[in-house]
Amino acid sequence: MSENTPKQDKPKVGVYVCHCGSNIAGMVDVEAVRDWAREHLAEDGVVISRDYKFMCSSLGQELIEKDIKELGLERVVVAACSPHLHEKTFRTASERAGLNPYLTELVSIREQVSWVHTDKAIATEKSKALLAGTVHRVAYNTELEPLKVPINPNTLVVGGGIAGIQAALEIANAGFHVYLVEREPSIGGHMAQFDKTFPTLDCSACILTPRMVEAGTHPNITLLTWSEVMSVSGYVGNFNVTIKKRARYVNEELCTGCGICVEKCPQKVIDDVYEAGLGYRKVIYTPFAQAVPKYPVLDRPNCTYFKNGKCKACEKFCPTNAIDFTQEDEYLNVEVGNIILATGYDLFDARKVTNYGYGRLPNVFTSLEFERLSNAAGPTGGEITLRDGKTKPQTVGIIHCVGSRDKNFNNYCSSICCMQSLKFAHLVKERTGADVYEFYIDMRTPMKAYDEFYQRVLDEGTLFVRGKVAEVTNAAHGPHEKGKLIIQVEDTLVGKQRRIPVDMVILSVGMEPRHDAKQTGQLFGISCSSDGWYIERHPKLDPVTTMTEGILIAGCASGPKDIPASVAQGAAAAARVLDKILQKEVELEPIRATVNEEKCSGCRICNNLCPFNAISFIDDLAVTRINPALCQGCGTCVAACPAGAISGTGFSNEQIFAQIDGLLMGV
Amino acid sequence: MSESFEPVIVGFTCNWCSYRAADAAGTARVKYAPNVRLIRLMCSGRLDPTFVMKALAGGADGVLITGCHPGDCHYIDQNYKALRRFLLLRRTLKGFGIEPERIKLVWASAAEGMKLANEINTFVDEVRKLGPLNWPKWDSNGHAALQPRSEQVMEVTA
Repeated sequence: MSENTPKQDKPKVGVYVCHCGSNIAGMVDVEAVRDWAREHLAEDGVVISRDYKFMCSSLGQELIEKDIKELGLERVVVAACSPHLHEKTFRTASERAGLNPYLTELVSIREQVSWVHTDKAIATEKSKALLAGTVHRVAYNTELEPLKVPINPNTLVVGGGIAGIQAALEIANAGFHVYLVEREPSIGGHMAQFDKTFPTLDCSACILTPRMVEAGTHPNITLLTWSEVMSVSGYVGNFNVTIKKRARYVNEELCTGCGICVEKCPQKVIDDVYEAGLGYRKVIYTPFAQAVPKYPVLDRPNCTYFKNGKCKACEKFCPTNAIDFTQEDEYLNVEVGNIILATGYDLFDARKVTNYGYGRLPNVFTSLEFERLSNAAGPTGGEITLRDGKTKPQTVGIIHCVGSRDKNFNNYCSSICCMQSLKFAHLVKERTGADVYEFYIDMRTPMKAYDEFYQRVLDEGTLFVRGKVAEVTNAAHGPHEKGKLIIQVEDTLVGKQRRIPVDMVILSVGMEPRHDAKQTGQLFGISCSSDGWYIERHPKLDPVTTMTEGILIAGCASGPKDIPASVAQGAAAAARVLDKILQKEVELEPIRATVNEEKCSGCRICNNLCPFNAISFIDDLAVTRINPALCQGCGTCVAACPAGAISGTGFSNEQIFAQIDGLLMGV
Repeated sequence: MSESFEPVIVGFTCNWCSYRAADAAGTARVKYAPNVRLIRLMCSGRLDPTFVMKALAGGADGVLITGCHPGDCHYIDQNYKALRRFLLLRRTLKGFGIEPERIKLVWASAAEGMKLANEINTFVDEVRKLGPLNWPKWDSNGHAALQPRSEQVMEVTA
């Protein structure tokens, strides 16, 4: 391996080309790239160029460290995978050898070359160009030190379902303060609506309510229900959040939660949130008996007093004078260091599948409606009945994948519906003795004790028909179908069309992102996938963090999950937050803009460009200054400055110009 | 304009969305045209129009600019500033006698590896059709002998 003599004016660069086993070497002639760099980039400071099977291995890293020490390398360029995977690895290696980490750069010849191109000669040429770009660029890299900012130890958790409750409790139990914000009157989320949980058949409320109570009474948790986050500013470690606490018209200091106001309220409305439209609630209400907090909420649009100016029955009967019709929305400002979004999911609207007749045929139910029907605290007291509230079904058909795994609606699998449907079959059998048919595309029962539950339901005599249901209709073809709902389906295991008359149909509807997930994402600065779920930093290795430092996601916010997975994610997000809090300060990438006040003409073009208010104008000196603690490093002002007075570390004009030059070498 | 003309395109990507879309395309082994060479910026808002000029002057036949979808910008709304600059830049290019179609702005989120690959393929085809970016020849008096490739190029709107 010959060494080039370093040029006087250029820093000494070491080039390392990785084979990544055959991942890169299979499509790029690694040796040719290595030799080309040594020959053609010598003038640009390259003094050594090596290749190695796995640069990221400890031996590969040692190679770099040794060269830095022995050859006095001043810059390191590694042509390997994406910087988002191994930039840190190689920068840390350089640091160990005494080189400032920001003088080391990665060239992505795997994600951007070998994995996406099919012609070896072209791929090799492109690798050379990308490498040249970065070799030219690093000459202008400067030594940087990461910025350290203190972390506010408080945390905001948005969403009080099981994932949010879990996250809040983990952090609170570790001794740090949590603001738990929920937009409904009570925490509990979807889990509070369920009767039983699969596959153990644990009573959902029995296992959830102790956690709710713990969250509601925890000294480290400020519970804000009937509340919503209105605005978020700041950055990791130091977010400033405005929360709107909607008027409950109940004074929480005075209310004892006795429920007399609910009892005396003369006005009933359909409860389409908690009871899924199957039951009624009063206008002043707590959504369910075990609601946390216990204080009721007055539903202003439906209240007789607010409509007609008289009634006030609740006020008259309240033993503690807790009803307050003059209450107004409150806006709270809180400061937090980290934010966990556990905003959950919406259910797919079964009306969209018109051929299944939901909304038109009374005895077609959604899965959530069935949960309420089978729940002892539900509108029928746990009696499984038809829509009339009396008749018990003799035959029940359960349809899987409604709105899921369907090109017309959602392509993805909602993951919980198979198990949920099996649970329904078991409950129907147990409570009514009815015959149950399950119509499935594929059975998906992969988690602990799930398949055993499937076997159990099979043994109980539930009938399984493999096929996607074409139609649910009440148009009878004969006397035996009269008054029934007929399920028209192709039984794909025997290759036969079937018409199966049933009394009740349950649509196992899929999960969808919250209808306002996009706006919520924009509020917190995170983005959604094309399906609408929040995007994780890495789907496998970093499932609870996002691209925005300090904003974490847990539970169904990032995609369909069952209860155990949501709980695990809530705990995982909490662990990430605690890790940050315990470090007491967070290291930020030192990518910042700075103004050269000598060059600044005071034109103020940049002044309105910063969304973080990092730019201010100093009237006395007629120059602009940038606050490095507020600057996030986007570089928009750098690009806008007509005098070239603003420079952006890590991505300076010189660096980019040099990279363009290098990329186009020989073009 | 020979049949075998393969354009060279410089692409500017945002660190948070489109650069990661390129990573995602790689991980999923989505195949696309090898003509585009990417430069990572922290934000499409960092794109100084001179970068584009520099790339075109240096031999690139086209420039691809990519950023987060409107509303999804990692830095709140800097991609809108990129959009403004892009529109202005197209007009400026026209003034220089360069087809504005040689620059393209694409929104691609971190999850849209497939979309980015498709957009790259489409853009490479478009630039291939435009042909190489031939800089004007200079005559002895120092005047550029402009040979516009289309009528549209000459239409410089104020």
